[in-house]
Amino acid sequence: MTRFALRGLAGRKLRTALTAIAIVLGVAMISGTYVLTDSINQAFDRVFGEIRQTSSAVITGKSAFDLSSGSGVTDPTFDEGLLQEVKALPGVAEAEGSVDSDATQIIGDNGKAIVSGGAPNLGFSIANGASRFNPLTLVEGSWPGPNEIAIDKKTASENGFELGEEVGVQAEGPVERLPLAGIFEFSSGLTLGGTTLAGFDLPTAQRLFNKVGKLDEIAIASKPDVPPAELVAQVEKILPPATQVKTGEQQAQADAQETNDFISFLQTFLLAFAGIALFVGAFVIANSLSITIAQRTREFATLRTIGATNRQILGSVLMEALVVGALASVAGLFLGLLLAKGLFQLFDAVGFTLPNTGLVFEPRTVVVALAAGIIVTVLASVYPGFRATSVPPIAAVREGASLPGEPLDRLRRTWLGALVTGAGVLGGMLVVSTTPGNTFVSIFLAVVALIVTLFGCALFPSRTLGAIVSCGLGFAALSYGLFASGLGTTRVLLWMGLGVLLVFFGVARVTTRLIPGLASFMSPVARWSIFALGVLVWPFFTLPYWLLRRGVWGPGGSAARVGAFLLGAVINPVVLVVVLGMALLKAVSRWRPEWPAEFPGVVPDASTARVGRENSRRNPQRTASTASALMIGLALVTLVATLAAGIVQTFRGAVDDLWKSSESDYGITAQNNFSPIPVDAANAAARAPGVVAVMNVRTGQIRVFDKTIFATAVDPTARELISLKWKDGSQDVLANLGSDGVFIDDTYAKENDLRVGAPLPVTFPDGATLFFTVRGIFDPPTGGSPFGNVTFSTKAWDARVENPRNLYSFVAMKGDVTDENTRVLEKALAGFPNAKVQTREQFIDNQISALNSVLNILYVLLALSVLVSLFGIVNTLVLTVFERTREIGMLRAIGMTRRQVRRMIRHESVITALIGAAIGIVLGVVLAVLLIARVEFIDFAFPTVQIVVFVVAAIVVGIVAAIFPARRAAKLDPLQAIAYE
Amino acid sequence: MSESQNGAVVVAHDVTRRYGEGDTAVDALRGVSVEIAPAKATAVMGPSGSGKSTLMHILAGLDKPTSGSVGIAGTEITTLGDNDLTKLRREHIGFVFQFFNLLPMLTAKENILLPLTIAGEKPEGGWFEQLVSDLGLADRLSHRPAELSGGQQQRVAIARALVTRPTVLFADEPTGNLDSATSAEILELLRRSVDEYAQTIVMVTHDARAAAMAHHVLFLADGTIVRELGESSQHEILAIMEEVAAT
Repeated sequence: MTRFALRGLAGRKLRTALTAIAIVLGVAMISGTYVLTDSINQAFDRVFGEIRQTSSAVITGKSAFDLSSGSGVTDPTFDEGLLQEVKALPGVAEAEGSVDSDATQIIGDNGKAIVSGGAPNLGFSIANGASRFNPLTLVEGSWPGPNEIAIDKKTASENGFELGEEVGVQAEGPVERLPLAGIFEFSSGLTLGGTTLAGFDLPTAQRLFNKVGKLDEIAIASKPDVPPAELVAQVEKILPPATQVKTGEQQAQADAQETNDFISFLQTFLLAFAGIALFVGAFVIANSLSITIAQRTREFATLRTIGATNRQILGSVLMEALVVGALASVAGLFLGLLLAKGLFQLFDAVGFTLPNTGLVFEPRTVVVALAAGIIVTVLASVYPGFRATSVPPIAAVREGASLPGEPLDRLRRTWLGALVTGAGVLGGMLVVSTTPGNTFVSIFLAVVALIVTLFGCALFPSRTLGAIVSCGLGFAALSYGLFASGLGTTRVLLWMGLGVLLVFFGVARVTTRLIPGLASFMSPVARWSIFALGVLVWPFFTLPYWLLRRGVWGPGGSAARVGAFLLGAVINPVVLVVVLGMALLKAVSRWRPEWPAEFPGVVPDASTARVGRENSRRNPQRTASTASALMIGLALVTLVATLAAGIVQTFRGAVDDLWKSSESDYGITAQNNFSPIPVDAANAAARAPGVVAVMNVRTGQIRVFDKTIFATAVDPTARELISLKWKDGSQDVLANLGSDGVFIDDTYAKENDLRVGAPLPVTFPDGATLFFTVRGIFDPPTGGSPFGNVTFSTKAWDARVENPRNLYSFVAMKGDVTDENTRVLEKALAGFPNAKVQTREQFIDNQISALNSVLNILYVLLALSVLVSLFGIVNTLVLTVFERTREIGMLRAIGMTRRQVRRMIRHESVITALIGAAIGIVLGVVLAVLLIARVEFIDFAFPTVQIVVFVVAAIVVGIVAAIFPARRAAKLDPLQAIAYE
Repeated sequence: MSESQNGAVVVAHDVTRRYGEGDTAVDALRGVSVEIAPAKATAVMGPSGSGKSTLMHILAGLDKPTSGSVGIAGTEITTLGDNDLTKLRREHIGFVFQFFNLLPMLTAKENILLPLTIAGEKPEGGWFEQLVSDLGLADRLSHRPAELSGGQQQRVAIARALVTRPTVLFADEPTGNLDSATSAEILELLRRSVDEYAQTIVMVTHDARAAAMAHHVLFLADGTIVRELGESSQHEILAIMEEVAAT
């Protein structure tokens, strides 16, 4: 039987390959994700390992709680006198102090800070060149002396910096221009993505970073016979408060912690999209196998008559799936390597350059990718396999035999369906509520429970009943995940994920019932949209394509041909390249296309549209499955677009509310809109002529009630410059916070049962815990609060936080927004290239543009599942053409032209795509509404433009998917097609 | 070999078969009893719609009778479950079809050996070789069905049916898809399998020449057996067919 299965696959190479593509893409995404994240991890581990390699122990400032980088606050510094004490310790061979800053901008020749997405701009004091603690190697020049700078090779070469040139640098104070003393790289040659590195000697760095007399870190090398642990013990005895010591190895791990957290988030995020692609792939495979099995009815029946058991039939189908799954997974695994490269470039293109020290291919990548691909393929083949076993032997002697009904009687199937579904649901509930939810095992168990549930739903003899059960359970799980209180984030996500998948499955099943109606409805839509698109591309593509082909291969005098060729080449040179490529292909391969083509027309053809429409209706289950694969991708894209539209709308509203009836004219933020910037920038703006008032909003992390939260601090000028909706208190609160008052948002007040007058114990990063009094409670706008949960006065904040940072500043000016005022402010900020002056509209647009780059990544990732479904349509059409060979031959024999055959197939394809799009878009909006109902800070907004784009994209998918199958159909020789048995 | 007194290998008693229900019900068989003698060829003839195909399907266990009993090699098959029927097919039944029903991706040899492969058995020593040479397929074994003529394909199908030495071989219009010269060749081979290997054959046909090679001919009309003949000539059979069709 194995041989039978393998030979069967070999005999259907094209169909097998088309089926496999669905899995190849999903697996490639998995393997690509692992390769990508492993490679980033390796890069960071090597950086941190290298930096700490020569240190036996490291002393650092210790904040009272963990801080995330870019949060506006940093670990506290300590007095540089500690260095001498450390050097005096018996176990210490050598020790060196350093300072650093993650906001050291290098200024390019254009006067702008060199930034790349969210990559940090690191500045640090470089240990003396010969020091063992220096992980860097000079490429050119010398190590920086007093008031000199050295920068990394990548930044230097990309921006054309040369030795001796004055390079602008800005850390805490305004820009300083320092001569470039040297260019360095990491000794191992690795680069850190978009990160810029600037090195100074210690006194210069201390001055630039506003850390004179202070150190961030002391690196210690022990004497040869002193083990690191003993050294640490010695150091611990002399440690002042708010400092800590770790061995070099521990410190490297601590350094890597935050990036590791980010990368594991990235990994989960990308794997989720791989999962979606595989889920869509499962639909495509189940559908392709169902069709092939229906076509092979007689084959299976013959096998039964010569003694094959049901189990052997099932076994051969599963064996085929196993082989396809294995081959596709191996292909996907290697495609994943390419994909990882592509993802590096994608992130680079949208501004998140990632570090890369070569691709890492872990055994875990191989195991997970292969297992996922094979398991999904085999599972998707189980149901078609069972259908194959229901072929009775008598089908061997029936002509044009088709698959008989379901194997078990209705009542038994209903009971069995209910039983299996119930088992799946119980299992799922048990798994989600008792396991941690974020481990591999619990996700695996949840998926198993999901599959059992889906299988149960599929068992119901009535498709509609099964679909209703599946949808009902799906929405129940979704709603529970969204609205039940007290679930952790992972459980919420797990419930939602399971719910959405159940809903997709149910909708896919019920679609079968809707196909006849939908197909009739979509037929004219397909006809006219193909016409519209055809007219649009006709002058730019269709016509020059025809002219060029005519010119190269056409009949007629050489003058006419040369004319046609030149005309075509002039209209669209890109098509020229395509046609020349085809000519080359024709010359070197066995490929023999038809030349010259008919004159291209776009006028719709009612008769072919009619046959195409009926073709799409004759096997509703097949059309439904094919459309469903596309439905899933479009539902998710629509969901994302609807949420994004909601976020944009509410955000705009929130900013409008904040600025309404206020005196603010300009906002100042970092160039990337979100990084906290040194306060000197806004202070410089405050001194500009015409400035009436400046309100700064500081940001950073604090710890309250054992939770680390984001806090903000605001100037008293806020009373005039912004307006808040007060639940308890008034605008006056903003001006009267003093040194011990805070105001909080309503959500935080409710969560912690706080009222005006309540004391709030706040721990700052330096370890001090102080009591503040709640002076007011405000109602944050739905689009997002402009403040953290707790807001201090800048005076109280600056007293506890070293080098405070502004998230944004508002400026009120005499004469409001004028070109002159804008110029004045920009001039005042000239020394702070990372600061950006914006009007209210610019401020909103800039904030939204950050959202757009996230959206673009989501769209690209979801496009993968749309691509999988495109191959699903191709596959179905190829199988259908194969099945209808006789019929197409007959149509050709009675006078249908090749072009009409192509149009017929294309029409069917576009109808299928449109059905998928329609259901997907509706479902996507429904899911978005459900989500928005839960998430209070987003209002619903309909993304009209995006939806139109998605519909057009679906039509294009339909047209593209039909190209290849339509060509095959058109090429059939009518005589052979009729004789075909 | 059988519980039947006269040694019949296939015994049907009062078999009826009704398709559909109520007003639209069609009685394909209305009480047919037959006994198929071992090592003989039995032809089942009759006009279209006479129930001859239904009878063969029921005798071979492909279809279930509405009432009545069918025994093959002493086993009552109407009550067997799917697994037991499959086992019975492996041991006792061979099929030859009108459209050959070869698996296109397997070679002739693989097609012939398929019943054994499926059952997980090896061919008995020499039997495969003898079959192949008797059927003139020795130089065609590595070919795929698509590379064989219709007659060659049917010979492969016959070899596939005989390779397990079944108790009975059922042939459903074995010459229905072949030209007359090739038909004669195939009928000759079937007859030789009866004479040389003592193979029992049940053949449904409406080709009088095919029926002429049988030892017994059953005539069906309207779901009942209307005539039975011993070994007869083509003319005799044609005459009876006309008679049967007229009634």
